Amino acid sequence: MSAWNGFKGGVWEKEIDVRNFIQRNYVPYNGDDSFLAGPTERTVDLRNQFEELMRQEHENGGALKVDTDTVITSTSFGPGYLDKEKEIIVGLQTDEPLKRACNPFGGMRMVRQACKAYGYEVSENIENAFRYHKTHNDGVFAAYTPDVKKARHAGIITGLPDAYGRGRIIGDYRRVALYGIDRLIAEKQKDKVNVDEKRMLVGSIRLAEEVSDQISALKDMKTMAMQYGYDISLPATNATEAVQWLYFAYLAAIKEQNGAAMSLGRVSTFLDIYFERDMANGLLDESQVQEIMDDFVLKLRMARHLRTPEYNELFAGDPMWITEAIGGIGEDGRHLITKTCYRTLHTLYNLNPSAEPNMTILWSQNLPENWKRFVAKVSCDTDAIQYENDDVMRPHYGDDYAIACCVSAMRIGKDMQFFGARANIVKMVLMAINGGRDELKAEQIGPEMPIWEDEYLDYDKLMERLDVYRAWLAKTYVSAMNIIHYMHDRYAYEKSQMALHDTTVRRLMAFGIAGMSCMADSLSAIKYAKVKCVRNPETGIVTDFEIEGDFPKFGNDDDRVDSIACEQVEKFYNELCKYPLYRSAEHTLSILTITSNVMYGKKTGNTPDGRKHGEPLAPGANPMSGRDTSGALASLNSVAKISYRYARDGISNTFSITPESLGKTDEDRVTNLVGIMEGYFKQLSHHLNVNVLNRETLEDAMEHPEKYPNLTIRISGYAVNFHRLSKEQQREVISRTFHTSI
Amino acid sequence: MTKGRIHSVQSLGAVDGPGLRYVIFMQGCPLRCVYCHNPDTWEFAGGQEMTADELVAKVVRFKTYFGKDGGVTVSGGEPLMQAEFVTELFQKLHAQGIHTALDTSGILLGEKVEKLLEHTDLVLADLKFTTAEDYQQFAKGNYGHVRQFLELTKKMRIPIWIRHVVVPNMNDSLASMQEVKDIAEEYPNMRKLEFLPFHNLCQEKYDTMQIPFPLEKTESLSQEALNELVSQLK
Repeated sequence: MSAWNGFKGGVWEKEIDVRNFIQRNYVPYNGDDSFLAGPTERTVDLRNQFEELMRQEHENGGALKVDTDTVITSTSFGPGYLDKEKEIIVGLQTDEPLKRACNPFGGMRMVRQACKAYGYEVSENIENAFRYHKTHNDGVFAAYTPDVKKARHAGIITGLPDAYGRGRIIGDYRRVALYGIDRLIAEKQKDKVNVDEKRMLVGSIRLAEEVSDQISALKDMKTMAMQYGYDISLPATNATEAVQWLYFAYLAAIKEQNGAAMSLGRVSTFLDIYFERDMANGLLDESQVQEIMDDFVLKLRMARHLRTPEYNELFAGDPMWITEAIGGIGEDGRHLITKTCYRTLHTLYNLNPSAEPNMTILWSQNLPENWKRFVAKVSCDTDAIQYENDDVMRPHYGDDYAIACCVSAMRIGKDMQFFGARANIVKMVLMAINGGRDELKAEQIGPEMPIWEDEYLDYDKLMERLDVYRAWLAKTYVSAMNIIHYMHDRYAYEKSQMALHDTTVRRLMAFGIAGMSCMADSLSAIKYAKVKCVRNPETGIVTDFEIEGDFPKFGNDDDRVDSIACEQVEKFYNELCKYPLYRSAEHTLSILTITSNVMYGKKTGNTPDGRKHGEPLAPGANPMSGRDTSGALASLNSVAKISYRYARDGISNTFSITPESLGKTDEDRVTNLVGIMEGYFKQLSHHLNVNVLNRETLEDAMEHPEKYPNLTIRISGYAVNFHRLSKEQQREVISRTFHTSI
Repeated sequence: MTKGRIHSVQSLGAVDGPGLRYVIFMQGCPLRCVYCHNPDTWEFAGGQEMTADELVAKVVRFKTYFGKDGGVTVSGGEPLMQAEFVTELFQKLHAQGIHTALDTSGILLGEKVEKLLEHTDLVLADLKFTTAEDYQQFAKGNYGHVRQFLELTKKMRIPIWIRHVVVPNMNDSLASMQEVKDIAEEYPNMRKLEFLPFHNLCQEKYDTMQIPFPLEKTESLSQEALNELVSQLK
C-alpha cells in the first residue's frame, strides 16, 4: 500500500497494532533542542487571532457564544474555521471558533444551568427532543440508593460524574491515521461476527449493540471529515494527513462526549515517524514540520465544553485535560524520545505558554540527558508541564500507555476507565468520631454509633471506629460508581472512542481520595499530642478540637506520620477491593483533587490537626500548606512514600519553588531541577507538577490580570491559566507552600 | 558523643555550594553583622540538641538527590563555634560518601578548626569586609582572624568559594568590590567568587524578635544591578 511506503512492516500490517508500528519504525533522538524552528509568520498571525478571541471570551464572562439550538454529535455541526485560508489542520467542535454547544446526553439539568449561567436558554427544540430521551443523569438518579444520596449530600463523596460525561477514556486516535476508517470498520465487523456467535445473554447482547454503535460512529467520522473536504477512508499518505486524520478522530470524540477529561494519548513519537519519512523525501523542512505541530496544537487549544459554575468550582479554569503523554522508555530499553517530542513542547514557545494540551512528561532514569535538561528548561520557562514516573508505570501498563486526565495511566486502545471522583477521608475521620453523623449538618449519614464519649481522643480506639466507617464508605462509594457506569454505558456510551479501542478491553474503575494529608496530620495529633473534644452543647456533636502539645506533620520526611498516611491509603484501597465492580472492572485509587480541595475544605468541619472549617484541604497528596517546614526535598520524600501499588490511578504532588531558590543562573536552575526529579522519582514516587515562580508574581497577577494573559501554573495534575481561576482559588494557590531558601 | 546545637535544617539548598544540598544551620554566632539575615541563630543557648548520628540519619534520606555535585552544607550561626561537633558530623558524612561544605566567616582559629578543615571538602568563606576597622564596626569581629583562616585553607589546599554580600551605600562602590576581588585572587585555592545582593527580607524576623534591624532603611539590591557592577570589575 503506497500510504505505507517506506515503513518497516510487521504485525501491525495484519492486525490493528499501533504499538508495533511505532516500535518497528521510530528513531530515538539523542540530540539537543538546537534544531527547533520558531513560529512562521502564518503561525504568529493565527496565534494572534486566537488570542484575540480568547480575550473576548474572557470579557464575555467565560463563553464567547453558545449554540442552544443544536445537539452536538460528531456530524451535527457543519465545518468551522479560525481562518480557512491559513489553517493547515482543520476542524472545530462547532461551526465557529470557541462557540460552545449543548450536549444533553449526560444530563439536561447541567445543560440548562450552563446555558443560564452564560445568559442563554436551551431552545424549545432541544428541550422537546430530550423530553423523549432519557439521559445518563436520569438513569443514575433513578437507581441511586439512600446511602449514596446521603453521602453525596454530606459531601463525603463528591464530584461524581453523574450529571455529565464521565470522560477519562482515551481513543487510540492514531489508528485512524495509520489504517484509515474502512479498515477499522472491517475489523469491527469481524468482531461483531464473533460476538454474534456467542449465546445471547446480557454481556454479549450489550457487546453486540456496542460494536454496532462503534461501526456507525466510524462511519460518522468519515462523514464529519467529508464536511471539511477530506476522505479519511484510507490511511494517511503523508505527515500533514497523519496529523489531520488523527485530529479528526479526536475531534469526533470531543464533539460526542463532554467528559471531564478528554486526553489525546501519546501521539508525538507516532507522528514523528511520518515527519521523518516526509523530511527524508524532501517534502518538508523543519520549519514546515513545526508549523504543522503548531497548527495542530492551536486546534487543541480551541476545544471547549459547556460547563456550569458548580462544575468550575470543582475543576477550575475551564479545563479539557487534553493530556499528551511524551517520552518514556520502551520495553526493549530504547527510549521513546524523538524530535517530535521536542516539537510538541516547543509549541509552548511558538504559541506562548498554555494550560492545554496538558503536556505530561513520562520520566525515567534512563532518558537521555539532553532531553532531561530540555524539559527542565521548559518547566522553568513556562510552568506548563508535569512529570510522571515511567519507571513505576511501565511494569503495569507497558510502553504504549497514555495518561487520562492528570495521573491515570492506561494502555492505549486496550484499557478504558470508569472515572469516579473522590471520597473525603478526613471527613470520614470526623464521621467516625461522631458516630456516623455529619459534623456540620448534624444529620445521621453513616451507620449509627454513640458520639465519642471521652474527653480526649484515643488513637487505638479511633482506629477501631475507622474500620467501621471505612467499610461503609467503601461500600457506598462502590455502589455509586457501579450505578453511574452502568447508566453511562446505557445512555451516553462513548461509541467514537470505543471504536478506537480493541473490542475486548480491560476496565479500570478509578476511585479517589481527598484530604489525605489532613487526615494523616489529624491522626498524628491524636497519636503524638493530646486532642481534646469540644462539643456543640445542643447536639453533643464534636465540632472542634483542642490540641495539647506538638505532633509530627506530613511533609517533613518523618516516618511517624508518613506511615499513617501510607497505612490509611492501603487500608482504603483494600477495603474498596472487597466489593465487586460493574463489568468486572479492576479497582484503582488516585490521590488527586484537581482544585476540588477548596470546595472539600468548605464541606469539612474543624479537624483534629487544628485546621478550621472552611480552610482548604491540601491538593492531591500534598502536605498541608505551610506545614512542610523542613524544605522541599523533605516534602517530596514524604509524598514519595505513598506506594503506587495501592494508588495505581495516580498520586498527585504539586511543587512550587521560587527561581532564586532553585539556583543562581538559568544553567544551575536546570541542573538542579533535573537533580530534584532524579532524586524524587528514584524513590518510585509517581507524579510531580512543577512551578518555578514567585508568590509575588501570582499576587501581582491577581491584581493586574491584564499584565499576565498567558500566566500558566500547575495545580494538582493539570495546568491552568491563572486568570481563569476564581479569586478564592487564586488565594488558595498563593497560600500554598512556596519552597524558598534565602 | 558530643551534641550539636542546631537552629534548623533545610532539605533543599540550591544556592549554598554546588548542586543540591542539605543545609544545616548551627545555633550561635559571635558576630553581629549589620546585614545578618538570621538573627534567630545568634544566641548560643537556643536551638535543638542533636547528635551527629541523628543528623546523618536525616541526611542519608536525601542522598538520592545529591548527584555528583551536591551534598551537605553546614551553615549558621557560626559553625566554627561547634567545630568538634561538625568535625564528627563531617567524618560520618564522608563515611557515607557525602560531600561536605562549610559556610563560615572564618572568625575562629586553632587546633579544632584545623581538624575540622581536614574533613571539609569545600569552604564557603564569607569575607564581609576588607579592613579591620570596618569588620569591627559592621560585624563586631576581628578581620585579622578571617585572613589567617583563609591562609589556613590555602596552606591546607582546601577549595574555597569566597562570598561577599554587597550592601547599597556601604560596600557597593566599584573600588570596594574590586578590593574583594583582588583579595580573593590572592588565593590559589579559590574556585569561585560570589557577590551576593543585600536584601531586606529579614526585616520580619527582626520585628518578630523585637530587635532593631540596623539596615532597616537600606533598599534591597537587585540581581541585575549587582550583575552590572560585577561586569565592571577587572
